Amino acid sequence: MRTVRRHWWIAGLAIAALVVVILAPLASPDPDGLERVGGDVGFLDRAQDALYSIIPDYAVPGIDDPRLSTIAAGLIGVAIVFVLMIGLGRLLRRRRAT
Amino acid sequence: MIFGIAIASGSAAVTPPQLHAPDGFFSLPVALLMWVLTVAVLAVAVQRTNQRLDDRAVPLLGVMAAFIFAAQMFNFPVVAGSSGHLLGGVLAAVLLGPWAATLVMACVVAVQALVFQDGGLVSLGANIFNMGVVGTLGGYAVYRALVRLGGDRAGVRLPAAGIAGWLAVMAGALTTTLQLAASGSTELALALPPMLGFHLLIGIGEALITVAALSFIAVTRADLLRLGEPDGGAVAAGA
Repeated sequence: MRTVRRHWWIAGLAIAALVVVILAPLASPDPDGLERVGGDVGFLDRAQDALYSIIPDYAVPGIDDPRLSTIAAGLIGVAIVFVLMIGLGRLLRRRRAT
Repeated sequence: MIFGIAIASGSAAVTPPQLHAPDGFFSLPVALLMWVLTVAVLAVAVQRTNQRLDDRAVPLLGVMAAFIFAAQMFNFPVVAGSSGHLLGGVLAAVLLGPWAATLVMACVVAVQALVFQDGGLVSLGANIFNMGVVGTLGGYAVYRALVRLGGDRAGVRLPAAGIAGWLAVMAGALTTTLQLAASGSTELALALPPMLGFHLLIGIGEALITVAALSFIAVTRADLLRLGEPDGGAVAAGA
């Protein structure tokens, strides 16, 4: 393995963070395909509230600025899924005999 | 959680941005059946990943999950006041192989439900299946078939991934609509045309993002493109 490129994952993580910082606040507020059809066809009102609430609607409670709130929520989510998948990957990987 | 207090949201007029199916969209039998199917597929995915995951691919698992989570937050406008977001299953499958990609998708969709209240907990089995299983495994099969037919070169691989990504979105829309109809939430004839219609366009966004991301990786880290292939691990291990 080329040792120079061993830490390329930092660049990958930075790209994910950039998507959160730059693109997530620009997300279209319009309903997505499922929600739109649900409204048109009439099953949207079957939606039940979540049983509990931690970071609902990708906005961290307590951060008033909606942009910053969305960015904070996104970065938290990015960190959680990254750590979870690295952990799972370490459990499952096939170790090379070197 | 199944018997938990489920309060129907009173005012449908003010709908918060909610992307994935909440509890209530699917009936309990349908939701449970999808949980069983999803758990069964994930068990196979864990087993297959355990057999062949190259340790070089471990950071890529984390990066793909991070990127897909981030990208799914960006709803792009589609048409007539609607939007769509990336699924990412085919992108992950081309890079990591279908089984590891399924685990990445399940992780993303589960965290969205558990931490961000995006999608219900009873619906989670169905949401993982519709967004992370059917399109990821099916889309990857289409991708491999197209590459086998057209030849293993970038001019074939990129459009093949785009087509597979588009089909993955359509497959997810189809299975979601079938589950909604089986749940008695809607009638198939009523919901299927608009569901496929909107997702036909959302799928174009999926295809564009998938091709763009793979092109970027081809330019920056072309060696990563081979990790997910059946013999990719062996090649990487021998490199």
